[in-house]
Amino acid sequence: MNQEHPILRVEGIHKTLGEQLVLDDISLSVNKGEVKILIGPSGSGKSTLLQCLNFLHTPDRGRLWLEGREFKASGKRDLCSLRQQVGMIFQDFNLFDHLTALENVRIALVKVKKLPASQANRRAKEELARVGLADKAALYPAQLSGGQKQRVSMARALAMDPKILLLDEPTSALDPELIGEVLAVIRFLASTGMTMIMATHQIAFSATMAHEFLFMEKGRIVERGSPSVLLAAGATTRTMAFCAKINELSGDLGTAKNQTP
Amino acid sequence: MDLNKILPTIWESLPYILGGIWWTLALVFGAMLLGLCLGVPLAAGQIYGSRRTRRAIGVYVWLFRGVPILVQLYLFYFGILAYLSQIHALSGLHLDSAFLAALVVLSLTSAAYQSQIFRASIQSLHEGQLKAARALGMSDGQAIRNVILPQALRLSIPGWSNEYSILLKDSALAFAIGVMEIMSRTRSVAALTHEPLPFALVAGVLFYLLTHLGVRSLKILEHRVRIPGYARQGTL
Repeated sequence: MNQEHPILRVEGIHKTLGEQLVLDDISLSVNKGEVKILIGPSGSGKSTLLQCLNFLHTPDRGRLWLEGREFKASGKRDLCSLRQQVGMIFQDFNLFDHLTALENVRIALVKVKKLPASQANRRAKEELARVGLADKAALYPAQLSGGQKQRVSMARALAMDPKILLLDEPTSALDPELIGEVLAVIRFLASTGMTMIMATHQIAFSATMAHEFLFMEKGRIVERGSPSVLLAAGATTRTMAFCAKINELSGDLGTAKNQTP
Repeated sequence: MDLNKILPTIWESLPYILGGIWWTLALVFGAMLLGLCLGVPLAAGQIYGSRRTRRAIGVYVWLFRGVPILVQLYLFYFGILAYLSQIHALSGLHLDSAFLAALVVLSLTSAAYQSQIFRASIQSLHEGQLKAARALGMSDGQAIRNVILPQALRLSIPGWSNEYSILLKDSALAFAIGVMEIMSRTRSVAALTHEPLPFALVAGVLFYLLTHLGVRSLKILEHRVRIPGYARQGTL
C-alpha cells in the first residue's frame, strides 16, 4: 500500500450544525483500493463527515486533498471538480424521480462530463448491466424496488469513474430481503479494487472486506484499527461493545464469524 | 325585457363581442407566459438566493399581490406610460397603448403569484434531489434546470390552472383603461341597447367557456407529463 500518496486525505475537519459541534477535529487518509468503514451510534457524525468529504457540507475548518491536490470548498470550480471525482451513495437513494433508470445514470455524463449522447447512452447501459439491471433501464424510480433503486444509484455514481466512493448507510432504508443484492454489488466493487468509505451498521458484512474500522462517537474518531483486531474474541474495545449491542438486537454475530474472508 | 327584441340584438352584436376573445386571450396567454418566465427565476431566487435577493423578491411579491390590479392599471397607464410617451426620444415606440399597459400589469402581478406556486413545488421536493445532483458535480444552475424544475413544474400544473382561471377574470379589468376585450365590448353593446343584463350574461358565458377549456387543457397536460409509477397524481 502506498502510504505516501493517499487518494483522499483530510486534516482537522470541524463542522458545527446549528449550536452543535458535529465533527471535532477529524483527520483521515485513504489509499487506493482501501475500504474504510465508519461505524458508531446515530448522531455520531458519520453522515456529516461523508458529506464534508465531497463538500455537500462545507467544513468550518480543515483541509482536503484528492490525489495530492488540495481542494477548497469556497471555489465553485474546485467544488464541482471534486464532486465529479468523488462518488456518493445515499441512504435513501435520491434517484431523480422524473428520469428513467437509464436517464438517471446518463444525465451527469451528458451535462457534467459533456459526453456525446450516443457515448453516454452506451456507458449508462454498461453500468446498469454491471449492477444487474439491464432490463430495468426504461423504468422510473417509482417502479423499482428499494434494492433496485440503490443499485441504479450505484450505477449512476460509477458511471462518473469516481476515484473514491462514499457510501452513507447504503442498506439502512432497505427491507431485510433486499439488502443482499446491494451488498453483493458493494462486495463486487471491493473486489475490483474500488476505494471506498462506507458508513454502515452491517458490521458482520463489512468486517469481511474492510481494511480499517473507524469508530465514531460525538464527532470524533475514538477508535480505529483492522476489524480482526477490534473484533477479536475477548477484545475490550468500544467497537466490540457497540457491535455486541447491535448483535443483541439482530443476532448476526454468528454470520460475522462465518464470513471471514 | 323583450326576448323577441333582445335575441336578434345579441345575435347581431355577437361577431363584435366574439372579436374581444382574441384580446382577452392575448392578455391572458401573454401574462401567463411572461409571468412564467419571470416567476421561475423569482421562485429560484427566493429559495436559493442570497439574503438580499430573497428580501428583494419578498418585497416584489408583497407589492404586486398587495396592490389591486385596477389601481395598478391606472397608475401604469395614466401615470408611467403617459409620462414615458411624452419623452420625445420614446415617441416612436407608441407606449401609450392600453393593451401594453394591461399586459405589463397582468404579467408582473401573475409573476408574483406564479413565483409562489413554483416556490411551493420546489420546496415540496426532497432535498436529496439537489444533494444528489450536486454530488454528481452539477453546478447549482445545472441542478435546478435539469433536476429541480422538471419535477417542480409538473407539480405546479394544478396551481397553474388556478392561476389561469383567476388571471382570465382579472383580464376583464382591462376594460377600465379601454382594451377592447370581451368585457369592454359587451359593456359598450349593453350601453347602446340599454340592456345591461343579457350582455352581462353573454360575457359570463364566454368567460366560463374559456375557463373550462383552459382548465381542461391543463388537466390533459398534467396527465400527459405525469411520471410513471409516481404516487402523487390526480385522475383525469
